[in-house]
Amino acid sequence: MAKMTLEQLRKLREEKKGDMVRRDVEGKNIQIIVGMGTCGIAAGAKQTFDEIVKVVDENKMTADVIIRQTGCMGLCHVEPTVEIVMPGMPATIYGKVDVPTAREIVIKHVVGKTLVENHIYDRPAVDIVKK
Amino acid sequence: MHFAVCDFLLDLVQNSVEAGAMTVTVSVAEERNVVEATVEDDGEGMDGEELAKAKDPFYTDGRKHSRRKVGLGIPFLLQSLSLAGGSHEFSSRKGEGTRLSFSFPADGIDTPPLGDVTGLFLSAMCFDGDYELIVRRRAPARGVDYEIRRSEIIEAVGPLTDAGALVSVREFLASQEAS
Repeated sequence: MAKMTLEQLRKLREEKKGDMVRRDVEGKNIQIIVGMGTCGIAAGAKQTFDEIVKVVDENKMTADVIIRQTGCMGLCHVEPTVEIVMPGMPATIYGKVDVPTAREIVIKHVVGKTLVENHIYDRPAVDIVKK
Repeated sequence: MHFAVCDFLLDLVQNSVEAGAMTVTVSVAEERNVVEATVEDDGEGMDGEELAKAKDPFYTDGRKHSRRKVGLGIPFLLQSLSLAGGSHEFSSRKGEGTRLSFSFPADGIDTPPLGDVTGLFLSAMCFDGDYELIVRRRAPARGVDYEIRRSEIIEAVGPLTDAGALVSVREFLASQEAS
């Protein structure tokens, strides 16, 4: 693989933008937040983050979804944790989100608007809520 | 305990961002039979007493999670270095910033694997906020030598909260790692 230049990166990004399909009129208001503190990293949150990016991209949802990282959400015992805030669904923190679960959450919760059982742990800690 | 050197580094970068740093520099080099890495920031910094406490796994400043009794990020790294026969330098000045550099013997039996360098740099750029991240990377044996700034990446692809942008940046970073 040849080393890309920033100019090539810019072009790749433009091509990707062409693929995007806006699903509805709600705008970009789905937030997926991955806990990336010591606890999250130790439990594999980087892989979880990568999988979420991949599945969101595969499902052509990049026009609607914001993916963020934060520090510890206070649920170290069930890392990796992922919080989802979106219209039509309660704000939810999922725990024990390994790679297959990450895929399931994007497809069921974000696309299908159905909660994923057995991984629901809490509502957000006050220091990560964006008003 | 973290699995890979890159996991320790991501943890340190997250500390820097949380310490309000405007500029964070992370460098990773594989040469002369050692794996050397440094994270340096201009965040709020620590005084001598706080710096000593940061090495204690049973200390945390308690600001974020009021009843927590542990802070494991730096102690994990120091423990791993001590197991593997590595070394480190850790310095900080209140109000000025913090610098932690360390090195592992490249072929040490207790040296953690380097891990996913591309994923490290990508994640290190993706925390909230307006900070600058300067990445310096050297692995001369494989012909890898580059420097990248978060600001130039954002200028090229837009906000790093967009999955499409993240996929593109990952591909870009992976290409820099190619020999």
